[in-house]
Amino acid sequence: MTSTSPFAATAHEGTKLAVQQVARFGFLAITLLLLIPAIGILAVLVIEGAPGFSLEFFLDKPRDNGAAGGIATALVGTVWLTACALALALPLGVAAAIYLSEYARDNWLTRTINVAIVNLAGVPSIVHALFGVGAFVHFLHFGKSILAASCTLAVMTLPVVIVATRESMQAVPKAFREACWNMGATRWQTIWRIVLPNSGSGILTGLILVVCRAVGETAPIMFTGAVFLRQQFPSGIFDKTMALSLHLFTVSTQVTNVPRHVPFAVALTLILVVLSMNALAIWFRMRLRGRKKW
Amino acid sequence: MALHSRTTILSLPANATPAIEIVDLSLWYGKFQALHDVDLVIRSGIVTAMIGPSGCGKSTLLRSCNRINERLGYVTTTGTIKVLGHNIYDEEASRMQVRRQVGMVFQRPNPLPLSIRDNVLFGHRLHAVRRSSRADEEGMVEQALREVLLWDRVKDRLDRKATALSLEEQQKLCIARLLPTKPSVLLMDEPCSALDPEATSAVEDLIWDLRGNYSILIVTHNMAQARRASDECVFMLMGHVVEHTATERMFVAPKKQETSDYIEGRFG
Repeated sequence: MTSTSPFAATAHEGTKLAVQQVARFGFLAITLLLLIPAIGILAVLVIEGAPGFSLEFFLDKPRDNGAAGGIATALVGTVWLTACALALALPLGVAAAIYLSEYARDNWLTRTINVAIVNLAGVPSIVHALFGVGAFVHFLHFGKSILAASCTLAVMTLPVVIVATRESMQAVPKAFREACWNMGATRWQTIWRIVLPNSGSGILTGLILVVCRAVGETAPIMFTGAVFLRQQFPSGIFDKTMALSLHLFTVSTQVTNVPRHVPFAVALTLILVVLSMNALAIWFRMRLRGRKKW
Repeated sequence: MALHSRTTILSLPANATPAIEIVDLSLWYGKFQALHDVDLVIRSGIVTAMIGPSGCGKSTLLRSCNRINERLGYVTTTGTIKVLGHNIYDEEASRMQVRRQVGMVFQRPNPLPLSIRDNVLFGHRLHAVRRSSRADEEGMVEQALREVLLWDRVKDRLDRKATALSLEEQQKLCIARLLPTKPSVLLMDEPCSALDPEATSAVEDLIWDLRGNYSILIVTHNMAQARRASDECVFMLMGHVVEHTATERMFVAPKKQETSDYIEGRFG
């Protein structure tokens, strides 16, 4: 007589294990499916757009409504818009995050602000564009300008800066704050000497998110400061400017007889800017995290 | 272990100004009353231990002594606490100055994520009007680290992160960083409960060493520790001070029934 082990699998358990295997590979397949569009987009852009890349493409101004020449003014315009949006959104966002993380008590005002931030993040960018036209172009008399467009982009990206910064400040252990307070530090001394230096990664994330959004968004800038074609580089924040994202829209839909590779080359440039910013951010964050030890 | 040295009685003038004089102190967290009319005199230059079951108010009382409780916002305090004769709840008193002169050491060592040197100088720099010269700072660091018996072990790595030290070294550093601002009182909230027995013994020895120069009030769950490392002992229960006597008397002949029940482990 062979005695079966008391730990042998039952028939019922076999079914359970089979289901578990199906679930595992099913979810894996779906996850892999997600890679297809990501890789597909990049592949199409590289195959179609790379032939359009040349030194002239980056250094020449657009001619013939964008059908010929390069993207120099659009590239420089995007840098202007992004830099100005960053200069506005980062200090405001970090200041708000400091208040919310370090000073605010849990009361109705704080809760209202938090709801407002979440809602602001959910507002469609075209609505931000209309707000920008009303608030910055007309009401504040900035006119259609880099300033108005950057302000619009800044308003749009503020929530992500605030949330990213606040979260990294919250990640600084409470024990550090208690140590400071118990030595007689004011709240501000605590923030300045301990909390901020240790939440660099969050501030950096906020910065990168602003850059990526500002580089890529079209709607908020097309009514507030970006133009289809402009031969001059901007000379100040009250100038209008070209921008990469809008230029992509123009050469793909508004202009006839554009060589096939031009829109793809513009799109590839756009993607490369965003990807390289992301890579930079990831590298920086890994370095910052490597130094942290607690 | 330096158990023998601990039986030495410090000869202090009985009429010296007490380190801490608590008069009629009551404290509420919201509506819950955590301290009831506490009257307590902590003598200067000795180690006083506070014992009692969890939730008896000993940590609350400790935290009232540097006004850190007020951080919570929903705390109401009545009565007075005098440190070296001056009421710290006076309108003129600044919380920052109170905390500078009444240092606190925590259960879990909490060195700041800075170098060892910057940790020692942190408190001093908070309060200094202008930055001291490099030589002055170096002097302060050496003196503070010598006082906590850490100098020889860390003098060659003052620029290293303090968070990389062992727990025992971290806790000693946390004591050292209080010293440059010349506190008169050191409050310690179970300073050894995160440490292993050897580190506990080392930190206890240190506390015993600091006695005389500083008045030390230490909260502990560990009755053996209270017994071997304090001059006087305070037993608290339900927000009241039940008994306050010389340590050897409390553990040999407690006056109150509750005290002897607690010491003998019948509750708590």
